[in-house]
Amino acid sequence: MKMRWMIGVLLLAGFALSWAVPHFGWLDPYILLVLMYLGINIILTASLNLVNGYMGEFSVGHAGFMAVGAYVSSVLTVNLFPVTGAVFLFPVAVVGGGLAASLAGLLVSIPSFRTRGDYLAIVTLAFGMIVKSALENIESVGGPRGFMGMEQLTTLPWVYVWVVVTIWILRNLVFSKYGRGMAAIREDEVACDLCGVHTRRVKISAFVVSAFFAGVAGGLYAHVLQFINPRMFDILKSTEILIMVYLGGMASLGGSILGASIYTIAMELLREQGAWRMVLMPLLLILLMLFRPRGLFGLREFPWLVPLRDLVLLRPVKKQKEKTHVPAGS
Amino acid sequence: MVYFLQQTLNALQLGSLYALIALGYTMVYGILRLINFAHGDLFMVGAFAAFGIAAWLGWPFVPTLLLSMAAVAALGVLIERLAYKPLRQAPKMSAVITALGVGIFLEHLMLVFNPYPRHMPELMPVHLWTVGRLSLSSHQVLIIGLSLVLMLILDWVVMRTKLGLAMRAIAWNGRIVPLMGVPVNRVISATFAMGAALGAAAGTLYAMAYPVIDPYMGVLVGWKAFIAAVVGGIGNVRGAVLGGFILAGVEIGVAAFLPTTYRDFISFGLLLVLLVVRPHGLLGRPRLEKV
Amino acid sequence: MSAKPPLLEVKDLAVSYGSLRAVKGISLEVHEGEIVTLMGANGAGKSSILSALSGLTPFQGTVRFDGQDLRRVPADRIVALGMAHVPEGRGIFGDLTVRENLRLATWIRHDREGIRADTERVLDRFPRLRDRLEQPGGTLSGGEQQMLAVARALMSRAKLLLLDEPSMGLSPVLVREIFGILQEINRQGVTLLLVEQNANMALRIASRGYVLETGQVAFSGASGDLRSDPRVRKAYLGG
Repeated sequence: MKMRWMIGVLLLAGFALSWAVPHFGWLDPYILLVLMYLGINIILTASLNLVNGYMGEFSVGHAGFMAVGAYVSSVLTVNLFPVTGAVFLFPVAVVGGGLAASLAGLLVSIPSFRTRGDYLAIVTLAFGMIVKSALENIESVGGPRGFMGMEQLTTLPWVYVWVVVTIWILRNLVFSKYGRGMAAIREDEVACDLCGVHTRRVKISAFVVSAFFAGVAGGLYAHVLQFINPRMFDILKSTEILIMVYLGGMASLGGSILGASIYTIAMELLREQGAWRMVLMPLLLILLMLFRPRGLFGLREFPWLVPLRDLVLLRPVKKQKEKTHVPAGS
Repeated sequence: MVYFLQQTLNALQLGSLYALIALGYTMVYGILRLINFAHGDLFMVGAFAAFGIAAWLGWPFVPTLLLSMAAVAALGVLIERLAYKPLRQAPKMSAVITALGVGIFLEHLMLVFNPYPRHMPELMPVHLWTVGRLSLSSHQVLIIGLSLVLMLILDWVVMRTKLGLAMRAIAWNGRIVPLMGVPVNRVISATFAMGAALGAAAGTLYAMAYPVIDPYMGVLVGWKAFIAAVVGGIGNVRGAVLGGFILAGVEIGVAAFLPTTYRDFISFGLLLVLLVVRPHGLLGRPRLEKV
Repeated sequence: MSAKPPLLEVKDLAVSYGSLRAVKGISLEVHEGEIVTLMGANGAGKSSILSALSGLTPFQGTVRFDGQDLRRVPADRIVALGMAHVPEGRGIFGDLTVRENLRLATWIRHDREGIRADTERVLDRFPRLRDRLEQPGGTLSGGEQQMLAVARALMSRAKLLLLDEPSMGLSPVLVREIFGILQEINRQGVTLLLVEQNANMALRIASRGYVLETGQVAFSGASGDLRSDPRVRKAYLGG
C-alpha cells in the first residue's frame, strides 16, 4: 500500500520511455506501429468492457462509435483546423471526435431504458450498420471510397497518454457510486430499480463514457493510418473488440489491458499465416468460450488498479468470509 | 403499372430468399434464445456446396439442391453439438460470442479455398416469358415457388407434427419438456438441421439468381434476414416470412427512388424505428421478465 | 405388504445445488397400487426429491423403479419406463392447445389407435377439458390447468404418477374434485406419489406418508397413525 507513489513514478517513467523510444529510434518502426495499435486496442477494449462487462449489456456496435470519432476528428484536422496548428490542435480534434461519439452513445442509451439483452444487442448492431451506411452516403467525406489527407499526428506518447487517461477515468467511474449501479444492473435490473438505483442515469453515463473513448480511439486510429473508409468499421471490427473484451475477461480493466495486448500481439505473430490467420482467430475464441467462459481475468483486478479505500474495504470482508466458512464446514 | 408489377416480382424473389434464411434464425432463437450469428454463413456454405456439386459432379438442379441442403444440415448439427451445446448452462453471452466466432471461422475457412469469387454454372436453362413489357424468368418462378413450398412444409412441421409440438413446447418452457418423454437434445438438433437446410436452399437459389458467389456473401444477406426475423418477431415462424417480404419490399421500393447505397441505411433505420415502437416485432409477443 | 419388491425404492437419496444440500439422504418406498404422500413445509426438499426421481436433477444414492436402476437414465427415458411427473406449477405449455398438450405427452407411443382411445378416456374423465380442446393451455383457469397436467401424465400410460402440490392455489371445492379423481385413477391401478403441503387432504386419500424436515425424513407411517400423531397434528393439521 505504501508503494502507491511508485505507480506515479512508473507512469512518468513510462511516458518518458514512450517519448524516448521513437525519438532515439530504439525500436523498429513496424514495432512502434504495433505498439500504437496495441494502445488503441486497449482503449477500445476497456471502454467496451464498461458496457458489456461491468453493466452486463451486450453492445455489438462499438466500431460505430469508433467510426464517428475517426471521421469527426479527421474532418477537424484536415478541413477545419489550420495546417500549421494541426499538431497542437490534435488533442482538441481527438476530444472532438470523442464528444461526437458520446453524443451517438447518448442516442443508443435511450432504447436501452426499455429493452435489454438480445434486443439491445440488435439495436447496437443496427446502429453500427447505420453509421457505416450513412458514411457511405456522405460524399463530402468520400462516401464508400473513404477519407484521407490526415497527417500522422498520432505518436506513441499520445497513445500512451490516452491509454493512461482512459484507464484512470474508467477506474474512477467503475469504483464510484455509478460503478456499483452498473454492477447492480448486471446482476438484477428489476431489483436494482426497486432499490433506488437511478438505472437511467447509470446507463446513460456508461454508454456516453464508453462511446467517448471509442471515439477517441477512432481519432487516434485515423491519424495513425492516415486513411479511413466505412468498411474498416464494420461488424468484423466490432467483433474483434468483443473478442478482446471476452479474452481478457468481463468487468476487469486489468483483463482488458491483458486481452487487448495478447490479441494484438497474437494477430501480428499470425500475420505470416496469411489467410489462415482469420481462421485461427475465431477458433481460439471458440475454444476460449468453451473452456474459460469468463475470460482470462474475468471479474478480477490488479490491486494497483483498485482505489485504496476499496482495497481497505476488501480486506476485512475476506477475513470474515474465512471465519464463517469454518463452522459451516465442520 | 408494368414497372410496379416488375418490381413486385423482384421483391417477391428477394423476399422469398430473406424469408428462408430468416426462418433459420427464428427457429433457433425460439428454441434456445440464442441469436445464431453463424446462420448467414451457413447460407453461404449452402451456395458454395451447390457450386461444388454443380461444378465438379455436374449434377442437375434437384440432386444438387438436396445434397447441398443435407450437407449444410449436417454442418449445422455439428456446429450445435460442438460449439453451442457445451455452453447451454453458461452465461448467454458466451454462446452469442461463440456464434459470432463460428461465423467468422466459416467465412475465412471458405476464403482460404476460394480466394476469388466463383461463378456458378447454370443448373437449368432459363426461360424468359414476356407479357407486354413485363418479363418473368423461370428462375423467378422457381425461387418463389420452391420457397413457398418449403415454407409450407416447415409450417406444417411446426404446427402439425409431434416434432413441431416439442419445438414449441421447448420454446415455452424447456426445463419440463423431458417430463413428456421428449428427448430435448434430439429436438434441438432437428431444429438446427431444418434451419440450416432452409439456409442452404436459399443459398442454392441465390447462387442461381445471382451467380457470382464469394465467402462474404452471407454476411450482409444474413444480417438482412436477421432483421427480417426481428421485424416479424423473432421466435415466430410466420413472422419471419412476413418480415422477409416486408424487408424486400422496402428495399426494392427504396432502390426504385433513391441511389442503391441508401438501401442498407433505410433497412437498418426501419429496424431501429420498429424496435422502438414495437420491441417484440410485428407478430412476436413480449415475454414477461421473471422477477 | 406383499413379497413383491416395491415399485419405487429410494435409498439415501441426496440432492445438492452447488454447496446447498436440499435433500440429505432420504429413503422411502412406494408399492404398486399405493397412494403415498410426502409432506413438509416449504424448502423441506419435496420438489427436489421429485425432480431427482424423474431425472431432471442429478442425485446421489440409489433409485430403483420397477426393478431398474435409474442412475444416469435421462428424464425422457424414465417416462418411457412408466413414471410420469406432474411438476410444480403444473407445467402447461401455454402456447399449445389442450389437444396439443395431450398429444405431446404421447411422444414415446406409436400406437395410433391406443392414443386415440386414451385421449377419449381422459377427456371423459375431465369433461371440462373437452370443451376447451382447441384453446391454448395458457387461457385455462388454474383448476383446468391442473386437470390438464394430470390428464397429460395419464397419456403416457404411466404406472407411477409423481404429483407436485396438485392443490396449490385451488379453491377447496376444486381440490376435493381433483383429489376425488386422483383416488379414482389409483383405483384403476395407477400408483401415486403425492407431494403436498395440504396434509389434511393428502392423508385422507393416502395409505402411507412421510414427513420431511430440512431435507430429511422426520417421521413416517400409515396415514391413520400420522393423523393422530401429535407432532403432525401440531405442525400440519392445525392442532
